[in-house]
Amino acid sequence: MPDLGVILKLLFMVVVVMAALLPVITWVERKQSAVMQDRIGANRADILGIRVLGLLHPLADVLKLFGKEDVVPEGANRFMHLLAPVIALVPGIITLAVVPFAGVYDFGSGPVSMVAADVDWGMLYVFAVGSIATYGTVIAGWSSNSNWGLLGSLRGSAQMISYEVTMGLSLVGLFMCFNSLKLQEIAQAQDMTFRVFGFLEAFGFVHALPRWLSFVKLPLWGILLQPLGFILFLTCIMAENKRPPFDVPEGESEIIAGYHMEYSGMRFGLFYTAEFLEIPVIGMIVATLFLGGWTIPWLSTQKIIGGLTGELGVGAATGLCLILHVLSFLLKVIVMIWLQMQIRWTLPRFRYDQVMDLCWKIMLPLSLANVFVTGIAILVVQRLLR
Amino acid sequence: MLVPLEHVIALSAVIFGIGVVGAVTRRNVIVILMSIELMLNAVNLAFVGFSRAWANPTGQVFVLMVITVAAAEVAVGLGIVLSLFRNRDSVDVEEVSLLKW
Amino acid sequence: MSAGAVLFYVFAGMTILASLGMVLNVRNTVASAMSLVVAMISLGAIYVLLDAYLVAAIQIMVYAGAIVVLFLFVVMLLNLRTDVFPVTRSRLPKLLGIAASGWGLFAFLKLLHGTLPAVSPAPEGFGGFRELGKALFTSYVLPFEATSFLLLAAIVGAVILAKRRID
Repeated sequence: MPDLGVILKLLFMVVVVMAALLPVITWVERKQSAVMQDRIGANRADILGIRVLGLLHPLADVLKLFGKEDVVPEGANRFMHLLAPVIALVPGIITLAVVPFAGVYDFGSGPVSMVAADVDWGMLYVFAVGSIATYGTVIAGWSSNSNWGLLGSLRGSAQMISYEVTMGLSLVGLFMCFNSLKLQEIAQAQDMTFRVFGFLEAFGFVHALPRWLSFVKLPLWGILLQPLGFILFLTCIMAENKRPPFDVPEGESEIIAGYHMEYSGMRFGLFYTAEFLEIPVIGMIVATLFLGGWTIPWLSTQKIIGGLTGELGVGAATGLCLILHVLSFLLKVIVMIWLQMQIRWTLPRFRYDQVMDLCWKIMLPLSLANVFVTGIAILVVQRLLR
Repeated sequence: MLVPLEHVIALSAVIFGIGVVGAVTRRNVIVILMSIELMLNAVNLAFVGFSRAWANPTGQVFVLMVITVAAAEVAVGLGIVLSLFRNRDSVDVEEVSLLKW
Repeated sequence: MSAGAVLFYVFAGMTILASLGMVLNVRNTVASAMSLVVAMISLGAIYVLLDAYLVAAIQIMVYAGAIVVLFLFVVMLLNLRTDVFPVTRSRLPKLLGIAASGWGLFAFLKLLHGTLPAVSPAPEGFGGFRELGKALFTSYVLPFEATSFLLLAAIVGAVILAKRRID
């Protein structure tokens, strides 16, 4: 019988992300692009005359997609045609199993970690599952028996497997810094702060840091330790999931709809869901690795629980801390979603050879250089702290 | 260990046998290459099984080497298939039998 | 039987069915490749059940996620059609072949039974990336670096083989 805790955590992730966030993200896409382009956006959907700023449009979308005719092109391989959207959707969902949405708490019977599957090799699981998503693109285009589909499929699969390589390499520096592949451990390691001017003391410029300078502390976030890694990883994971500006495989103005051209109705809805599910999943992974995950910047877990225990008792204080951490995580995910939407609606689409050049000629050498420099920096810091 | 070691080795032998049948019987070069990959996977399974049984990580290190070699071999093999297709316009292995007696 | 053992047999069955699907599928090369993917993923699951976590992750990342994609790439590029299975006139050779291989497997298993040394328990952290990383970079660093040369040779070879002649 599977553990009840695991089921609850999985349900939380699935319900929060899929049921609550996904429809809102489609609405955010429409409204944010509208605000950026100085227009109103979609606001006509209503129930019995009550319009809510266009928030009913996701519901209208779903109803429309269910109502459309399911077309399978003649000469297409029916089984593969049906299978492809499922393969595109599932990796996005199961990545959620290793993302921590809150920390490790002790409710009296041992530490409980708020991850559905707290495995030691969490990030390897994310990479492995992400590489399965390639098959959705490959099979979709091929099974459609159409030229545009095949072209989009070839482009898409080449792009995805190229960016997987750089995605892994750009994170090696981060793994070296935090010495772990477990997402919960990486998030926990970002729970502390460091003195910004501490390097003066370490290098021996001053004997001891004056008190007023030692107050300047920053949280030990991944983005501060690995700024280049953050930029590289964000670019790579957006390219891997074919987010604009890297959406050449589904280039709307070049090859019509690329690999999902011959899909209609709810099958296209599955592709649509897969693409929009990747947005919060990207947000969650980047937030956990680089933005401190569920941690709150200058308030570490001990401070919160310690501060609240006096008034509420340990159990309630831990519960309140849990809620605060979940809210902090969701806030960071929302910031990342906003950022992705901004990037989407600002940058024009890359040309295909520019996309491949960017990966192999610019980002791969940069990520290797990042690994090099990070290694040297870690050795220097370790030598200094001795 | 979850299952007796004999069962793991039996599974490895069965998969290897299926791979051999595929490599020997099929006429499509790409399916032959895929059967070779299946054989390599069967060997990997045997390595991992023994490594777990005797708690020796050497087996798993070897598996990493085998996976690397398999990747290199697939790359070169598919390059050969592409050249073959360009010259003969077919991937049927019966049609490249010029040197057969 | 524990849940892990049940899972092992389920994945073992899936692997065998998927490999049979790959080998026996005459009509469609892409369907063969997808069966191969299923076989690789179930083998990855078996590796997890055998405590080989890094190997399982690398199996799915490299084998299922890159090598078979390469196969599918080539199939799509060459736009391959169906295949012809060699026709044997009678059923007797097939039945004899199946009987012979069944007997061979049975004899092999009988030979195996009781000749294997005892199973030792696995230490903590076995099969994780730390242990394997340490082994790879200390005892086995020479094969590790040699594979980098191998991969370089493979890359150069594949590029030259697949290049279009410009003449």
